[in-house]
Amino acid sequence: MSEEEIRADLKARVADLLATHDPASTDPLDFLRARFAAGLAWVHFPEGLGGLGLPRTFQGYVDQLLVAAGAPDNDPRRNGIGLGMAAPTILAFGTDEQKHRFLPPLWTGEEVWCQLFSEPGAGSDLAAVGTRADRDGDGWVVNGQKVWTSAAHKARWAILLARTDPAVPKHAGLTYFVCDMTDPGVDVRPLRQITGEAEFNEVFLSDVRIPDAHRLGPEGEGWKVANATLMSERVAIGGNAAPREGGMAGVVASTWRERPELRTPELHDRLMSLWTEAEVARLTGQRLRQKLAVGAPGPEGSAMKLTFARLAQQLSGLEVELLGEDGLRYGDWTMVRPDLVEFTGRDAGYRYLRAKGNSIEGGTSEILRNIVAERVLGLPAEARADKDIAWKDLPR
Amino acid sequence: MTQQTTQPAHDVNLLYTDVEDSLRDTVRDLLTARCTPDKVVAVYDGGRSLQPQLWRALTVDLGLAGLLVPEDRGGAGATAREAALVLEELGRFVAPVPFLTSSVLATAAVLATDDDDLLAAVAAGDGTAALVVPLSMSAMSFAAAVRATDGRLQGRVTSVAGALEADLLLVPVATDGGVELHAVDAASATVEPVVSLDMTRRLADVDLTGAASTIIAPAGRGDAAVREALTVGAALLASEQLGVAQWCLDSTLAYLKDRRQFGRVVGGFQALKHRLADLYVSVESARAAARYAAATAADHDPDREVAASLAQAYCADVAVRAAEECVQLHGGIGMTWEHPAHLYLKRAKADQIALGTPGAHRRRLSELVDLPAVPA
Repeated sequence: MSEEEIRADLKARVADLLATHDPASTDPLDFLRARFAAGLAWVHFPEGLGGLGLPRTFQGYVDQLLVAAGAPDNDPRRNGIGLGMAAPTILAFGTDEQKHRFLPPLWTGEEVWCQLFSEPGAGSDLAAVGTRADRDGDGWVVNGQKVWTSAAHKARWAILLARTDPAVPKHAGLTYFVCDMTDPGVDVRPLRQITGEAEFNEVFLSDVRIPDAHRLGPEGEGWKVANATLMSERVAIGGNAAPREGGMAGVVASTWRERPELRTPELHDRLMSLWTEAEVARLTGQRLRQKLAVGAPGPEGSAMKLTFARLAQQLSGLEVELLGEDGLRYGDWTMVRPDLVEFTGRDAGYRYLRAKGNSIEGGTSEILRNIVAERVLGLPAEARADKDIAWKDLPR
Repeated sequence: MTQQTTQPAHDVNLLYTDVEDSLRDTVRDLLTARCTPDKVVAVYDGGRSLQPQLWRALTVDLGLAGLLVPEDRGGAGATAREAALVLEELGRFVAPVPFLTSSVLATAAVLATDDDDLLAAVAAGDGTAALVVPLSMSAMSFAAAVRATDGRLQGRVTSVAGALEADLLLVPVATDGGVELHAVDAASATVEPVVSLDMTRRLADVDLTGAASTIIAPAGRGDAAVREALTVGAALLASEQLGVAQWCLDSTLAYLKDRRQFGRVVGGFQALKHRLADLYVSVESARAAARYAAATAADHDPDREVAASLAQAYCADVAVRAAEECVQLHGGIGMTWEHPAHLYLKRAKADQIALGTPGAHRRRLSELVDLPAVPA
């Protein structure tokens, strides 16, 4: 089918959906379920799993038609881990049964997901995770501690990376699971950040039981599965489509326009340098998306994330300075648990502090530079003293 | 109330099309064969053997002189996108040919007039033209330095690029009614070569006093024609800068994968890996900016002035940084006359000043996107 034919077909499918499920009179959840069944949830997914097997570029067209018709959406920001990371991983490595069980309520937002990857002793060196999953009959028993888990307190399910064989080198002894967050052995505690609030959690796992049917991918191949998840994450963090001034640059630009009394020549120079960089970064993201329109996310996403993290930090830092006396004030240090990480509705001090996480979460900028240097530029890999040693024998 | 900045009109294609890729191959093959570093470096010592032949091959054999000319005015149906691609390759080889000055700046100026005969001559590569303004001039700073009295020109323009190679000079002339654009036979002007920072784009001081001329754009149109040319030039210069930066990245990468010290390949040291990763990110970003400038210039998109200044504000500095990193990371060999790195450093540094500095373009951007500077 030509692009025009595909669009015409999608238009007809959207019209059918709207005809049978009028958004004005249909319960939003029923509408979302019907949309999933119609293959209009994520068109690049296979038929029967919310998609139509089309290039992902057509999703924008479907979204546009549905927004215009006043249809409810699945509020994707509330389930970012589920949609951005769990779903592509389940699609790539899950069994048919797992795909059909997990993907529909994930997409509709009925079931929120979180990610149990990082540990206090395994940050950048994620393959060193020590949370154990031991065989027990036809299932697994999990013990350990995870950290930096956003949405753990709201999640129904988690993607979990755990050690199933400590006697082999670290990358080889990992297995990837879907973990039930309602298991009585799961203890979620808020982790307060430099902003004052607790967007993340620590998660303690004590004798948590996971049926073998919830293993994702083969035993011992958890590292491979986790890498697919992490690539999706970096694309999600670095590569959102945005209009000009759509991000942090727009916030600073608005302040500049609205508050002429704050302007100085020196701040203007810095503003324009950063505005230029932000607009170029936006175009670079657009170019990357055009390149990836069909195909899997690659290491280029790491390059985008490096840029976006640095610019968010520099722009938010500039804004605090631009505000002068107002920059000395802070909104609220009260420990709260935010529903969303929303940069634009908050004060400059919050943005400045929260942006510090941008170069740490989802791969530190230092690790990402290694990835770009090794996987894009083909430079030699870092020395790995631990790669031939059984995990249990590593010095710690 | 939050004001909105201008928005790009549409999702322009920032990738290279198949046609563009095949044009790139053709140009690269020619340059690989003929524009070798030893021949390029010879121009610093007065070598003149490379330029005329290479220029002829590009304009006459490959027919690249008229890429900017639209089909309805006798062109071959190409656009600024293809011209940008040629500049990218010429930058990669620091080719000492007057493509930017004749096929972009001068051609864009003639395009803005009604002189189709002149346009046809320039587009066919029969003649080489130059817009007589200092290379450092931008659309923002443009002012005509030459005047006309009793049918004869009077004045001198310094640091003009492409004048040495030109047989036709396009001279902006200040009159009481505004700027006119005049055509002058190069033989009737005094074109004095200048020892230039970048001898691969050698400058000249041009004295037009007493020269006879023909008006090709009258007062009221000359000014717009020159500014349009300088804007298109700035937009496409970004692709040359991209080509320079790409060569610097590629050659540095190749060297660091080969060079061994302390018993290992030096490209394995993390301090160097991280610098190259950052440079790669900058070069890929410059590519997006340069492609956007070329695409909006090709489409006469309302956002093209923003795109041109954005590209210059960004790509000029990336090219300089890439060339500086290239010299530094090559170590001692990077400081020698024998290694080509210096050719790229000199081109990148001259290009940073050409057609407006990054600072001047950021200033222009601030006007275009409503982020006003502090009044002096």
